Amino acid sequence: MAQVFAYLVHNDGVLDDSAMELVVAAKAVGDDVTAIVTGSGIDAVADDAAKIFPKVIKIDDAGLAYPNAEVVRKALINVIPAGSVVLFTNNTFAMDCAPGLSIKMDAAYVSDIISLEVDGTTLKTVRQEFGGEVNTHVNVDASNGAVIALRPGTFAADESKSAGGSVEAAAAGDISAKRTFIEIVEPEAGDVDITKADLLVSIGRGIEDEDNIEIAHELAEALGAGAEVSCSRPIVDAKWLEPSRQVGTSGCTVKPKVYMACGISGSFQHLGGIKGGFMIAINKNENAPIFQVADVGIVADILEFLPELTEAVNDL
Amino acid sequence: MEILVCVKRVPDSAENEIEMNAEGNDIERDDLVFSVNEWDNYAVEEAIQIVDNVGGTVTVVTVGDDESDEVLRREMAMGAAKGILLTDDAFEGSDCKGVATILKGCVDKGNYDLIFTGAQADEGAGAVGGMLAAMMDYPYASLVNKIEAGDGKLTIGREIEGGNQEMNEIDLPCVLSIQTGINEPRYVGIRGIRQVSGVEIPELGAADLGLDAAAVGEAGAKVKKVDYFVPESGDGAEMLEGSNDQIIEKLIEILKANGGLQ
Repeated sequence: MAQVFAYLVHNDGVLDDSAMELVVAAKAVGDDVTAIVTGSGIDAVADDAAKIFPKVIKIDDAGLAYPNAEVVRKALINVIPAGSVVLFTNNTFAMDCAPGLSIKMDAAYVSDIISLEVDGTTLKTVRQEFGGEVNTHVNVDASNGAVIALRPGTFAADESKSAGGSVEAAAAGDISAKRTFIEIVEPEAGDVDITKADLLVSIGRGIEDEDNIEIAHELAEALGAGAEVSCSRPIVDAKWLEPSRQVGTSGCTVKPKVYMACGISGSFQHLGGIKGGFMIAINKNENAPIFQVADVGIVADILEFLPELTEAVNDL
Repeated sequence: MEILVCVKRVPDSAENEIEMNAEGNDIERDDLVFSVNEWDNYAVEEAIQIVDNVGGTVTVVTVGDDESDEVLRREMAMGAAKGILLTDDAFEGSDCKGVATILKGCVDKGNYDLIFTGAQADEGAGAVGGMLAAMMDYPYASLVNKIEAGDGKLTIGREIEGGNQEMNEIDLPCVLSIQTGINEPRYVGIRGIRQVSGVEIPELGAADLGLDAAAVGEAGAKVKKVDYFVPESGDGAEMLEGSNDQIIEKLIEILKANGGLQ
């Protein structure tokens, strides 16, 4: 297989953990593996990337201070040879940048894959449809290169950070763009990144009333610093919790150690956002579909059960 | 403002239980209920609101077959003035790039300031808009959840991780993929659809669009869906039973064992 590149994401000077998964994916595709980091003043990020990848290309330019997809695409085109395979972690940046990159490279594009194998110049991938109710085998002709966006969790990460790689600087080239980044508007204060939580107390319609949300917060607080409250779509639609707490295909994809689905029926749109972890389902309807996919199930009314559990945890 | 909105007829996930066919290689397609892709309704609504404010025309276009006529008429009933159906046997089996190539043929024949797609459709690729923009050398933004029209440019917000919104200025013409929640799409009744039932919808094929048939459809596709299968599912939950105290005791052990409680 041709040269393989992985575009690495970083935030506030910190390399995203997805790098440790992308290196495994890249090595599954080919032997000649290079990471690319772009930004402004990114020496530390590039050095961190070199602990994970054997080779790192650093494109350091004031014009790349924010990863504006159009600007980054131009910078990538300037360093990636035709016929290469380029990997992204599937996120909102990849959705913004990767499809256009594939056109400019005249390469194949497939997004949000959950499995990847190489067979000659064909990449054999698996994707989900209908919220994960069914999967599809999708074959990608990579004979003229390919751009691939991997769903996080597709490969087990290599956390050894023992690559001892080299960093090479490259020029950004012409990165003038017809789209200009202005600012990030942050959500209301008190917001959290539920995708980083170890334990999620996730509530659905079974919470019944906005005033009852408190019992979920109390349980999460009792369970400790790694615990957060998340929810299914109806809770956000009712504006009882902010959208950033929503788990599902239209919300966040989460992979906590433990996911507590409380009063959540288990629609596939919701389950589509839960990628691994031990699932505990609590629902008063013993036929709720959530019990088909949970590891442990409890038939109970969450309005009574959660406060009792909170009390027991606090008494430990 | 001349706005083109690209829409798609898709199986309605709220109306269908997705099951495998007898051969086990595809979903059961008999009796599937189809409707317009949910995201596209938001795109059409946004286009109508912009035109209401600054003037212009909303045109809806789809790549499909005769049955796709119904989704174009539904969006015209919302308020899109024109519909275009891009249809040709040569389009069968197109991948995302093929669909973008077909749409580019349509864009080239018009004079659009702004092109919308839904942020994604039934297959969840979210790729066609970004591909079309790159082919046109237009700027692009995905997952757009806010638009303010300005002079020769737009201020737009993108939905990014953690509930954040990324604000950008983008030159016209451009392509935007529209996220749900940007507005509240208006209701369309049977009566509204009846009112547009007589409107002629032009049909354009590969030759009309000046397309090389080898660049689209199955022939041009580098990405090919081989089959469908049902992912492995679990055996169901281990149900905890007993008094609440007994259940909670077990549950706390389980939380500790799985790293949910230190």
